[in-house]
Amino acid sequence: MLRNYVFSLRNFRITMQDLGQSFALAMRLILDFDADLFEIITLSLHISLIATAIACVSGMMFGAFVAVKDFPGRSAVIVLMNSLMSLPPVVVGLIVYLSLSRAGPFGWLGLLYSPSAMIIAQVLLITPIIAALSRQLLEDLYQEYREQFDSFALSSMATVRAILWDGRYSLITVALAGFGRSVSEVGAIIIVGGNIEHFTRVMTTAIALETSKGNLDMALALGIILLLLSLLVNAMVSTLRLSATRLGYA
Amino acid sequence: MIRSTRSPLATFGMVLATLLLSGQSIAASLLVQSTTSTANSGLYKYLLPLFEAQTGIQVKVVAVGTGQAIRNARNCDADILLVHAKEAEEQFVKDGYGIDRSDLMYNDFIVVGPPEDPAGIHGSKDVVKALEKIGKTKSMFASRGDDSGTHKKEISLWQLAGMAPDGKEQKWYRSTGSGMGATLNTAVGLGAYVLTDRATWISFGNKSDFQIMTEGDDLLFNQYGVILVNQQKCPEVNSIEGQQLIDWLLSEKGQFAIGAYKRDNQQLFFPNANI
Repeated sequence: MLRNYVFSLRNFRITMQDLGQSFALAMRLILDFDADLFEIITLSLHISLIATAIACVSGMMFGAFVAVKDFPGRSAVIVLMNSLMSLPPVVVGLIVYLSLSRAGPFGWLGLLYSPSAMIIAQVLLITPIIAALSRQLLEDLYQEYREQFDSFALSSMATVRAILWDGRYSLITVALAGFGRSVSEVGAIIIVGGNIEHFTRVMTTAIALETSKGNLDMALALGIILLLLSLLVNAMVSTLRLSATRLGYA
Repeated sequence: MIRSTRSPLATFGMVLATLLLSGQSIAASLLVQSTTSTANSGLYKYLLPLFEAQTGIQVKVVAVGTGQAIRNARNCDADILLVHAKEAEEQFVKDGYGIDRSDLMYNDFIVVGPPEDPAGIHGSKDVVKALEKIGKTKSMFASRGDDSGTHKKEISLWQLAGMAPDGKEQKWYRSTGSGMGATLNTAVGLGAYVLTDRATWISFGNKSDFQIMTEGDDLLFNQYGVILVNQQKCPEVNSIEGQQLIDWLLSEKGQFAIGAYKRDNQQLFFPNANI
């Protein structure tokens, strides 16, 4: 018993050492301005931000529409939206691969193994998340102000616009959830992007690659950097939001 | 502006299309479907810049298992196939997807395992006997299980040993269904024996205290081949540039470069094109 306990403590210490070493490595990579690292960071951000933007426009519009509009089959649509939040990334990757493959229906576009293919996969993955979360959030908001909306006798389009504007600060969190999913996802983009060096290699596929090479400290270091990156994005959005609300009340 | 409800949608569509198409490069580039062993060992990182400097042709490599690489190439998602499963490669050519397979280089497979060596195979040369011992002692063995070149080799070796272990009946046989690196990580974690190509092993960073157990058997020969994808099956193939790359790889210059690549002072691949 005791021996096991001491043994696991020892292993725990080794794990902490690994983490410490990887953290030091992460810092060194950042401070050295490692060119390859910045290339993959840039591509990661590029793909995730564009995918999030596209998914936000379509997902939030759709979510708002479902939130304010009553139509036959609405509950079914909501159940479907909520279920699609758990779309398996690898399946999305496969579907996009099969569509964009030169043998597939959209092969003529020549998009497979390109950043564009990765964006398409990410959009498919995160649009349902953004749509479902926005729908719930905006519906709650809509119920709260329903009488006012009714008294203005606004058209659906105008209601959608108003409700999106009213919920804008909460929707930022929804957008961040989408961004978080897309920047940390690997299953879909490694299939459609191919993890090609200097072309479609991003943070997550680089982590997978380093793990498969057995360079666990490097993989962990890249993971830490990805987390820091996400922290930075969240902090920036949070600051923007704070100053915006302050302006709003000033 | 008469009615503008449609136009934001149209604008959105246009922006979307522009964004999606903006990443496309026009310059000639080649797509190679290849195995993880050649990519993870750093061979391409060393070899391809030499070719690119000489010809200005950019080469992109997708590194997956041999089985998946061949399937991708059958979908025409490759200009060149560079893998290590001769029979499957010849079938690929026979089915009309590839033009003319050429031997490119070789190295060998090895069996690595934990220093405790429960099956007692350390230092042995006879790989069939080694597998027999692993099976008899029910020592843990990690298999790729992913239809890769290495997996195909492993199955053929078990056959020679008169066994066909699967994880259901033989609990000591663990099929990971993953790449070489992931399988090595699993084997190290489990303390299991594993068949790997030497290039991946030498460049693998998480060896722990694992050692080479069996090497040097003729059966462990590992031949790599290169094939140009057939333009008649796949009209999009960049045949001219593709042939240029193959010609260069098979030329004296390319063969010399392959032989000169080293990791930890060890040669990883041995050129053997018929020139």
